[in-house]
Amino acid sequence: MTTTQAELKEFEEQADRWFLENKPANPGFILPETFMEVGTDSQFEFLRNWQNKVYENGYVGMAWPKEYGGGGVDQVFQDIATKAMAKHRVPFLPNTIGLNWAGPLILMMGSEAEKAKYIKGILSAEDMWCQGFSEPDHGSDLGSAQCKAVKDGDEYVVNGSKIWTSLGSYAKYMILLARTSQESKSKYAGLSFFLAPMQAEGIEPRPIKKLTGEYGFCQTFFNDARIPASCMIGNEGEGWKVAMATLTFERGATGGQAGGLAMMDLTIDDIVKLARRAKRNGRPAIEDAHVRNELVDLITESQNNSLMAARAKVPALATDWPTAISMSGKLRSSELKRRMCQFAISLQGANGARYVSKDAVDGGMWQRSYLNAFSGTIGGGTTQIQHNIIGERVLGLPKG
Amino acid sequence: MATIEFTEEQTMLLETAVDFCRKNSPLDVVRRQIELDDSVDAGIWSEMADLGWLGITIPEQYGGLGLSLADVVPIVESMGRHLMGSPYVSTVLAANVLVVSGSETQKNHWLPQIALGAVASIALTEEDGNWRLKEIQTQGVVAGGALTLTGKKCFVLDAPKAAVIVVSAMIDSAPRLVLVQADQLPANALTRETVIDETRRSYTLDLDGVTVPAEQILDGADFASVEQAALLLLTAEMAGGLAGVLHVIVDYLTTRKQFDQYIGSYQSLKHPSVQILLSMEACRSHLYHAATLLAGEDANAIESAIRMAKAQGSEAFAFAGDRAVQFHGGFGFTYDCDAQLFLRRALWCQYQFGDAAYHRALLGPLLLDEVS
Repeated sequence: MTTTQAELKEFEEQADRWFLENKPANPGFILPETFMEVGTDSQFEFLRNWQNKVYENGYVGMAWPKEYGGGGVDQVFQDIATKAMAKHRVPFLPNTIGLNWAGPLILMMGSEAEKAKYIKGILSAEDMWCQGFSEPDHGSDLGSAQCKAVKDGDEYVVNGSKIWTSLGSYAKYMILLARTSQESKSKYAGLSFFLAPMQAEGIEPRPIKKLTGEYGFCQTFFNDARIPASCMIGNEGEGWKVAMATLTFERGATGGQAGGLAMMDLTIDDIVKLARRAKRNGRPAIEDAHVRNELVDLITESQNNSLMAARAKVPALATDWPTAISMSGKLRSSELKRRMCQFAISLQGANGARYVSKDAVDGGMWQRSYLNAFSGTIGGGTTQIQHNIIGERVLGLPKG
Repeated sequence: MATIEFTEEQTMLLETAVDFCRKNSPLDVVRRQIELDDSVDAGIWSEMADLGWLGITIPEQYGGLGLSLADVVPIVESMGRHLMGSPYVSTVLAANVLVVSGSETQKNHWLPQIALGAVASIALTEEDGNWRLKEIQTQGVVAGGALTLTGKKCFVLDAPKAAVIVVSAMIDSAPRLVLVQADQLPANALTRETVIDETRRSYTLDLDGVTVPAEQILDGADFASVEQAALLLLTAEMAGGLAGVLHVIVDYLTTRKQFDQYIGSYQSLKHPSVQILLSMEACRSHLYHAATLLAGEDANAIESAIRMAKAQGSEAFAFAGDRAVQFHGGFGFTYDCDAQLFLRRALWCQYQFGDAAYHRALLGPLLLDEVS
């Protein structure tokens, strides 16, 4: 199937018009920036309805197979639609775990029955998904997961707990990494991977209050929870391999995601605009020499992240450490975002000390964004662990 | 637009240059060359000319290959990687000035010679170290068809080898570019400078009393193009140097043991090494982006990309050189440790043609201020 430039152009205009006309009105309450920050029922319902509407109109999962509920067209259409979402700054699609990690995983290694069962619900947001990887005592060290799943007939009995389960209270399914054997040769070999139903007896998600003062995460407790053995994906003991494949989707190194806007992202342009209207010592902050120097530095770094994506497509220029660019995406973008938010607060003079309230600059969104930005630099392996991973796997430095 | 294009020609040039520089400029050769008068062995220079590298940016009608500065970048990057000294960059820059600002006669006279291997150089910086290339103390007075120069130029690379040097001077209160031939210089006009990067052969050029025919003033005076070319090639050297110094670091971190552990296993060394890796990748991205844009028409975009590349690369390379010395511990404090070669190179690159803060200040109006 070949797609002509004219078809793409036509679709671009169509998507552009649809998101312009269908961008939801301000709901009257502050919206989260990512799926990790959904803290109230009204926020959740609003975002779920939005994803459902986007799906019903065919703008998400466009490249996923038609027989399971996808659009069955080329990825290029999805990229265009996703761009239109970012352009019109519409709300993000909240089923992030389903769209970006569980869905691609099921499409890659699930059975026919599993694809038929899960994919459509992921896209329509009818079935929300959450992730059960991290544990309270094993943040970045997934391989040491202790949450136990013991086989009993055609069920597994799960005991332990998982932390940072975003949307835990709303999810129907969890991608769960649990220990099925204590006797394996390596800690990795004892792990298995489940598409676990959240409604089972003995599973209790408890909301966690974040540093922002809001909710959005759960700690999920498993107390003799019984889940069907058939919900295991991959074989028993292969959980690590499946989890690693899933994390590859998370780092954005491979394609396969359903697409669509995953978060309301700040860009450096937003910071430059803020610098024009925020005042330092009575003058627009953008006139201050120190502010200008820092802004140019942030623009340079932001440009650098865009250029990395372009350069990754030129293999001739990836010579000495060829995986450096693909392995560092999360590290680079999350640290840049944290720095940008931190800097945005510094543009506000004494008002930098305010927090979410009507007197704060832009209602305090910068302060809140800064605190939330740690979800990026801590979640999915902290910045420090990312440095270890890149140092060891890319530069070949010895493990500590 | 964040685009990076890399052509077949560039790919081939990169492959050739990587092999050439690895073979001809291992670090022991770099050290041996430091002790000698010239920045490069004459045989290697003529091999470079035979490869056609000197004529890359020279149009075909003047005996060159008719390619662009973007095609020089992979070569200079490879040289930077191996700290290879040579008059290559100064010669390419001088040739580029001629291509952009020279008259037909000037081009016809000089470009074919350069393409065949004649060394050339540029003389823009002065004693006050001012990076603004059009703020010039050197004066030129035209009388009876002759131009008489007064003033001093600094950091003129490989000047004694150069058949021709492009000199900047104020003539009738305007900044201009002038060709000065080797045989027009008095015997004591050149003095070797002591500079931090010992692979360089850097000279002060005393122009007092130098008189040349007024026809040697270049028709054009495109200082912006001279600066951009210099910045692009310096950044290419820095991108290569970053990769080179990172190899020195990684080699040491994976072979040196302290307290029964390879020192690379310590996070205090591992994490900054990753920072250097990512800054090297960033430098390469900015570099090839700037090289890509150079062929286009958008003057603001070109200027932004090149200044960003120089600002980012300067800081990254200086940091990498600094850490490389530190990570070698006591050995790092000795002349024998190769880290100092890269640190010295980084400092040279940082302070030639504007440091990071200088370029960020100039980027302000391009990136931050709304067009009114």
